[in-house]
Formats: sequence, C-alpha cells, structure tokens
Amino acid sequence: MDILRFATAGSVDDGKSTLIGRLLFDSKAIFEDQLEAVERTSRDRGTEYTDLSLLTDGLRAEREQGITIDVAYRYFATPKRKFIIADTPGHIQYTRNMVTGASTADLAIILIDARKGVLEQSRRHAFLTTLLRVPHLVVAINKMDLVDYAEERFEEIREEFTQFASKLNASDLSFIPISALHGDNVVSRSENMPWYQGPSLLHHLEHVHIASDRNLVDVRFPVQYVIRPHKTEFHDYRGYAGQVAGGVLKPGDEVMHLPSGLTTKIASIDTFDGPVTEAFAPMSVTLRLEDHLDISRGDMICRPNNQPKVAQEIDAMVCWMADATKLTPRTKLTIKHTTRTARALVKDLHYRLDVNTLHRDEAATSLSLNEIGRVSLRITQPLFVDDYARNRLTGGFILIDEATNGTVGAGMIV
Amino acid sequence: MLQHDYTTSQLDVLEAEAIHIMREVAAEFERPCLLFSGGKDSIVMLRIAEKAFWPAPIPFPLMHVDTGHNFPEVIDYRDRRAAELGARLVVASVQDSIDAGRVVEETGRRASRNRLQTTTLLDGIEENEFDAVFGGARRDEEKARAKERVFSFRDDFGQWDPKNQRPELWNLYNAKIRKGEHIRVFPLSNWTELDVWDYIRREGIEIPSIYFAHTRRVFERDGMLLPEGDVVQRGDDEPLFEATVRYRTVGDMTCTGAVTSTAATVDEIIAEIAATRITERGATRADDRASEAAMEDRKKEGYF
Ligand SMILES: Nc1nc2c(ncn2[C@@H]2O[C@H](COP(=O)(O)OP(=O)(O)O)[C@@H](O)[C@H]2O)c(=O)[nH]1
Repeated sequence: MDILRFATAGSVDDGKSTLIGRLLFDSKAIFEDQLEAVERTSRDRGTEYTDLSLLTDGLRAEREQGITIDVAYRYFATPKRKFIIADTPGHIQYTRNMVTGASTADLAIILIDARKGVLEQSRRHAFLTTLLRVPHLVVAINKMDLVDYAEERFEEIREEFTQFASKLNASDLSFIPISALHGDNVVSRSENMPWYQGPSLLHHLEHVHIASDRNLVDVRFPVQYVIRPHKTEFHDYRGYAGQVAGGVLKPGDEVMHLPSGLTTKIASIDTFDGPVTEAFAPMSVTLRLEDHLDISRGDMICRPNNQPKVAQEIDAMVCWMADATKLTPRTKLTIKHTTRTARALVKDLHYRLDVNTLHRDEAATSLSLNEIGRVSLRITQPLFVDDYARNRLTGGFILIDEATNGTVGAGMIV
Repeated sequence: MLQHDYTTSQLDVLEAEAIHIMREVAAEFERPCLLFSGGKDSIVMLRIAEKAFWPAPIPFPLMHVDTGHNFPEVIDYRDRRAAELGARLVVASVQDSIDAGRVVEETGRRASRNRLQTTTLLDGIEENEFDAVFGGARRDEEKARAKERVFSFRDDFGQWDPKNQRPELWNLYNAKIRKGEHIRVFPLSNWTELDVWDYIRREGIEIPSIYFAHTRRVFERDGMLLPEGDVVQRGDDEPLFEATVRYRTVGDMTCTGAVTSTAATVDEIIAEIAATRITERGATRADDRASEAAMEDRKKEGYF
C-alpha cells in the first residue's frame, strides 16, 4: 500500500467540505463519536440533514466565522491506498494556502459548481496547481443533482475548462461529474448518470499511477547531517545522512561532490535496518563514500555527468506570503533551499502575474500577500539547483524574513 | 526501462519523512529534546530517532513530564528503554511544581493533573533551555490538530497562536527562532493510529503491558472504565468490578479509560482498531470530552 497526497480547491460553497466529509465517511475514517458531535451541532443549528461539512471544520475561530482559513490535513485509507488530504480553502485571499497544500500534492481536485460553471476562481486554482507542478489534476463538477444530472452541462463545463487549461500545459487532466451531497460518482458509479463512462472519484484516486512522478533520473542527494559516532565499534565511521531528492543511487556508483567538484564512489548505502542496494526518493539513508572528502550539511552529491546548476543568481516565480511586508527590489531575505540556508537579495522584479487572467504586469514594483511574480535573486553562496519543472525538491525554496523569522515566500526556480 | 516501479510503502514513506524531520532538527537546533512518555506514539518516535542517527547514539536527551499519576508499568518501561539506549532522561515532575507553589492541585473526585502538566512542561523547557521539543502528536487525533504544523512555533510564553503559524512547503522547515522561543516538532504528523500500530508490529517494538488485554479492577464513570488506584478518587456510588481490558492511550490513571478487550497481541489490537468505530480520544480521554474546543484551548496555553 502506498500513499497519495492530494489537495482540494474550490470556491466557497462549491461543496468541498461536503465532498471531503463524504470521502471520510464512506471510507469509514469517521468515527461514531465524531459523527455524534456533528449530528448534535447540525441539530442545534436547525439543519435538516447531518452536515458532513462540519466534520472538517477545524479551529474554533474558524468555526465561529463559519469558514476554513488555513490548510488542514486529513487522513483516510482504503485497502488500496492511504490518502493524505491537504484541505485548502478557496477564498480569494488564500493563494498562500493553496500554494502550501499543492507543494506536496500528487494530485489536486478542483471543485466546480455545475450551476455556476468555470469561475475566475476555478481558473486561479488550475493555474496554481500547474505552477506548483501537481502532476495530476481532477476537475470534479459538483451538484450535478441540481442540473438534473445533465450530460450537456457537464460537457459545456469540460470544454470551457479544457480550453483554458491548454494555456497552462496542465499535465494529466480528468473530469468527473459528482454530487457530493448524495454521493453520486464519489465512491461508486452513479446510476443517475449512465452517460458517464469513467471511474468514480475514489476509484480514480485509488488507481492513478504516481510512482513515476518522482524524478528517478537525476541523482540528487542534499547532505543533511554528518554522522560520526565517536564509538569504539564505529571508530572511523563517517556517513552522510539525507533524503534522496532525485535519481537512483547504488553502491559502487561514481558520484560527484558539490561544491568541490571532486569525484568518488559510493562505498555503501546504510540504514539502521542494514545496507540497501539502491536508494531513491523519498528514502532517508546514509551514504558512505570511498574517499575521504570534506563534506558538510548543505552540500550536494550528484553524478559527474549529470549535475545540477551551481548558481548564485537565480530566477524564480515567487509567491509572497506575508501580511505585513512586501517584496520589492533590494529586499534582503534568508533563503532555504534543500538543506542549504543562505542570504538572498532581490535584484529584480520582472513582472507580477494576475493569477486570474495570467496577465503580466511589468510595471509592478512590489509583491504583496498572495501575489505571484517573477523575481531575480542574488545569493551569498552558490545553490545546487534544478528547474522546478524538472525536480520539485531541488527547484523549490522558501524565503524567511530576517526580522520576524516568518516564512514569507515560496519560490519555484525557472 | 526501470527494473521495478519504485513504489514505496506507506510505512516507509512515513518513516523516511520522520527521519528527515529529526535530522533537520538535530542539524539546525542547539538543544533539542524528545518528549518520551512511554506511550505508543513516543515509543515510535524514539525508534525513529534511533534509526535517524544510527550508528551514532541519539544526539539529544529525552524528557518526561511525570504527573505522579502515571501507570507504574509505563514508568518501568520508560526507565528501561532510556537505559537500553543510553539516553539521558530528564524527568519534569508535576509534584515538584505543586510543592514549589507553581501550580495548585485540583480537588474533588474529578481532580486531574492534566492541565497542571502544561506549567511543568514549560518550566522544564525553560530550565533546560530546550529550543526544539519533539512531540508524538498526530494530526488525525483531534480536530484542533489537523492544522498543526510539523514545526510548530511557540512564543516565549510557550504559547501557540493558530493564526500565526508558518506556512510549510515541500520538505523545507523554517527553524529560525529567537532566544526564549522554541519549536514543537511533530515528526508523526502524518501518521494515523493504525499506522502507529502497523509500525509497532513491523518493527517488533516492545510496548508497555497495559496496551494488551489484562484483568484489572475498574469502575465506571461517564461511560468510561477507570482503574482502581491510590491516586484515583472513587465515590461510594462507583462500585469496583473486575474486567478484561486494555488501554488505547496511556495518560494519567485519573482520567484515562480502559476499553473492554481480549486483544493480547499486536495483531489482535490491529484487528480490533481496524473494526472500531470510536476515536481513541473519544473512547478513553476524559480530558478531551470536556468540550469540543477543549484541546484547542489547552494547546494555546502550551500543552503538548
Ligand atoms: N444539492 C447539492 N448540494 C450540495 C452538494 N455539495 C454540497 N452541497 C451544499 O452546498 C453547500 C456548501 O457546501 P460546503 O461543503 O459547505 O462547501 P465549501 O464551502 O466548498 O466547503 C452546503 O449547503 C451543501 O449541503 C451537492 O452535490 N448537491
């Protein structure tokens, strides 16, 4: 059994909470005591039916305002897969949450209300999903019960969305007509829509192939921690611990260390449970090398004939996430990229992107909360980078405010 | 052509993620510690720490907030496991906090030291100058936890502000803090109760005996089975009887209920949990039943 991480996005009232509630309920991830609490609250509020959306309403402040305002993570499993849902709210001001949720997602579900069709916000969700390179996209056209389960309506929306998505080069795109409230095409195929031949949403989630979404080609091993036991038994042991970010490593492979550019071979790939014959993402392992090189945290191990870019000047799409400050040229920040932390100076803001129309505003002089733009950064130390499109782990970074220590930006190298 | 499809099982993915988190903390903080209660989540966390740094020893101490109301079987286990690993164990005692006048003991039948623990925990963090504290909490446990970060920022009062948490993207964690502040780190964030048990089974990890079915003298209160014990106040209208029970969580004897069960092995426990229809906290924790927002309020004050 493997894990599928997915993010959900939709505008307010499109039925996102109801859908998640139903997936959890039908997969028996909801327990009786949770259901009782929800039934009680539904009754107190005078709702006729049990409001499954209450299951996913998190913190009290949010409950009181009746909205979801932060990414929440939910879990359920079927005999096929374990699922982690990043439940991201769809309000206009919460691009930050969607970007956060999408950063680790294998798949994104975008909800559309069949009555309303493709809205400005649906476009934004699709854009962010592709910007973050979520490999699989499902457009769930919800509330089909309110449009008489009409195939024409479904096709209309599908066409409009497809047209828009072609501009985004969205990867794997599927459309599923559902009713989250009544359960049509959520877990099992709906009898109300015999014209729909595809799988139910859950079936799709269980079977979509994700193993090959990871980069298994370019060997990238950011050194995280140096293990030196100082015990008699392992006196000369020196291991480089880290989580594989790309490619497949094997003992005996010739590898290159960056920044030194020196080459050596992998002597062994160690774990607590014994040495392994290969390592690939997302495994956390410890490498021993044949030669003694001076290697520390923040360095990179790759292959001599396949190296990342060594860069002190990078161009990236940056999403700004701070309420109180803006990104402008000359802003100084801390950057964390793989296991390396350095300082960065904003050299240039090339344009700000309107996430609804994709219009590039080249006259923009700053990025505020939830705005996205193309930025050039100068870094105090070289980083070992790949294009984000090629590898999300060596192409993504975060920006930290040096005064407040808050995480204020997320970047994708282009 | 790839030789195989490089699928990674769910436990391997979760373990690799937790190891990554632990190594980040060891690399970026000066004085981390790991909260070790002898409960199943902290047991799993400790095993992961063992794996993350092998063959070196775990590079940080363990801390236990001892309420003085713990199950003796669990305290034995705690001490044994710490000794086995050669780890330093810091015990922060609620009794000491009471004796020092830092907190006042609750009175009455429902008196519990649950809430008092927060002060002891925060004092322990401050005295030892810990800047990162590993906790075994999982996001699936409770509503207020679903939005918790892996690196959860606490101000210099140890408080949690749900509105002021740092976004977490990819596997990049922001470890920057000022003096006096700390980070609570939850490496098991993405695990479910069943994952924890599956892992215990796979790893063959020993766990305290109270997790397995045993006969115990108990009484019923609010639909929960509470144990007989020196520290547990029982009324005359709460008769004792013998039952075959086990614990799903281990907390204080005063507020942790047992469930009737005959599960004597990890396999049997897993079968039982897979079939169960009540959350572990709902079933067995009086502290969480107080109100729907109980956990959220305690977390803001600095609770685990
Ligand atoms: N008729 C119908 N109503 C739905 C459906 N899905 C959700 N709703 C209703 O739409 C409203 C908003 O749903 P909710 O899940 O709270 O939306 P969210 O804001 O996207 O989380 C609620 O009154 C739901 O009962 C559906 O498939 N059919």
